[in-house]
Amino acid sequence: MDGQRLNLLKKIMALEFTALELNLYLDTHPNDQRALAEFNEVSQALLLAKKDYEAYYGPLLNYGFSPSHNAWRWVEEPWPWEISF
Amino acid sequence: MWIYEKKLEYPVRVSSTNPALAKNIITQYGGPDGELAASLRYLTQRYSMPIPQAKAILTDIGTEELAHMEIVAALVYNLIKDASIEQIKRAGLDGYYADHDRALYFVNAVGNPWTATYIQSKGDPIADLYEDMAAEQKARATYEYLIQLSDDPDVTDALRFLREREVVHFQRFGEALNLVQDYMDSKKFF
Ligand SMILES: [Fe+2]
Repeated sequence: MDGQRLNLLKKIMALEFTALELNLYLDTHPNDQRALAEFNEVSQALLLAKKDYEAYYGPLLNYGFSPSHNAWRWVEEPWPWEISF
Repeated sequence: MWIYEKKLEYPVRVSSTNPALAKNIITQYGGPDGELAASLRYLTQRYSMPIPQAKAILTDIGTEELAHMEIVAALVYNLIKDASIEQIKRAGLDGYYADHDRALYFVNAVGNPWTATYIQSKGDPIADLYEDMAAEQKARATYEYLIQLSDDPDVTDALRFLREREVVHFQRFGEALNLVQDYMDSKKFF
């Protein structure tokens, strides 16, 4: 996997991890407006980063949550456990 | 419904082929305090939770544990995929090899298969959330033992991440327990 792709993937991993952490926190603090604002900000950045990645390297999500424009790229390797970071 | 995302939660790298380390780490795949047990425990307990916050946290942590199962699998897969028969024998992984080759299977560090008796679903939300908090502490302790046993700094890095997640999960389950307790007090449940 080339460096540019790896960097974009790592950026997505970092953003999504931040969103996940805020998600768990909000589950037990649903009225925390500051955390909610932060969550929405990260969620927006994550959406953009994923769109960017998928345009070049194919779908990240299955079942219709990612487009696959000219070819069915979902089957392409590497799968997550085959990537060397 | 679950959607698969074609990425790991945390980047996995191993320095070299190391079946001896894989033999220990596989306990977090199919052992008593491993990620499969954690995920299935939370995802099955959520149905009898009395408040929405508890249903949410069990769903979300149960889902994150599946991502941890995938990280552990990626570690074991990469530690054994290029191992020679000689290396497998020397690591004491020959018994595993006889049954599974280099495939992934749910066993603990001494080869016992995963069993549903590792987990409980009591129907009593207080009892279940206390079990979940204990489960997170046991998983944290296991990751600490694995970090002590690890001779691969790249593997140790992933183990540290997984250990840290157990600490956060413990915190969130404690908060959910308080919310459930408040709810039950307000209902004068018994
Ligand atoms: Fe956990």
